[in-house]
Amino acid sequence: MPVTDVTHDFESLNLTIVAEFAAPVQRIWDLYADPRQLEKVWGPPSHPATFVSHELTVGARTTYFMTGPEGEKYAGYWIVTLVEEPTRFCFDDGFADEDFNPNPDMPVSKNEFRFEAIDSGTRAIFSSTYESRQGLEKVLAMGVIEGASSAINQIDEFLLA
Amino acid sequence: MLQASEDRADALFHALADRTRRDILRRVFAGEHSVSTLAGAYDMSFAAVQKHVAVLERAGLLNKRRRGREALASGDVEAVRSASELLLELEGIWRGRIGRIEALLDQSSADDTRRGGATHTEKSKD
Repeated sequence: MPVTDVTHDFESLNLTIVAEFAAPVQRIWDLYADPRQLEKVWGPPSHPATFVSHELTVGARTTYFMTGPEGEKYAGYWIVTLVEEPTRFCFDDGFADEDFNPNPDMPVSKNEFRFEAIDSGTRAIFSSTYESRQGLEKVLAMGVIEGASSAINQIDEFLLA
Repeated sequence: MLQASEDRADALFHALADRTRRDILRRVFAGEHSVSTLAGAYDMSFAAVQKHVAVLERAGLLNKRRRGREALASGDVEAVRSASELLLELEGIWRGRIGRIEALLDQSSADDTRRGGATHTEKSKD
């Protein structure tokens, strides 16, 4: 199990996860810099991600969407706010409409990803912060609805088989 | 008490087992909507949309309040969650991503080995 530490801070609505990977820091950085690799890890299997634009440079805007089991699309965007290749980058992650215009009704999370060299490879520290508890609830409520949708689809497939 | 939670689960799954109702939920979780605005988004009668909203309300997924002549609907998550549960769920999403990163790294180092270009073949696996 590569996850070595998890911290929940209820006051600041921050989640920090530390994981160790058996690969050099540059390899992990390359994964995040390459949209074709990033999309393989970003969305859960039920909602694969497609990155339309993505570049790790300050001010760059990443656009992506996830596709649900019924073909429904959920768009999101990042604004890259800090880049220190290959050890650290920060970005704001938010929801968007189908044309990738930010959705002001949905919360934006602030994220900091850090990669440190260790003997066995890389220690990655992923930190994600929401501004309000209501914001965090909205994001997760979306996930719960999608989770229920894919569970229901599986039942449908089972019944049709 | 068990009966009550079984009834609640029935109401919840019944509410979620319909595509239009799931779509309505996505909208009301993203922000408060009037029932008439929601009705305008679907190719069905106002009464039919109103019925869907009522099913969601009975399942405890949606709250309604009145503003003048309008009925405003919003998603209700506050009632069923604590902050720690929320962060645990988020942790689950992140653990999923980290698992996929590991799988991708394993896959690409296996590809390197096949191409015979690997310089780090003594990778240990625990």
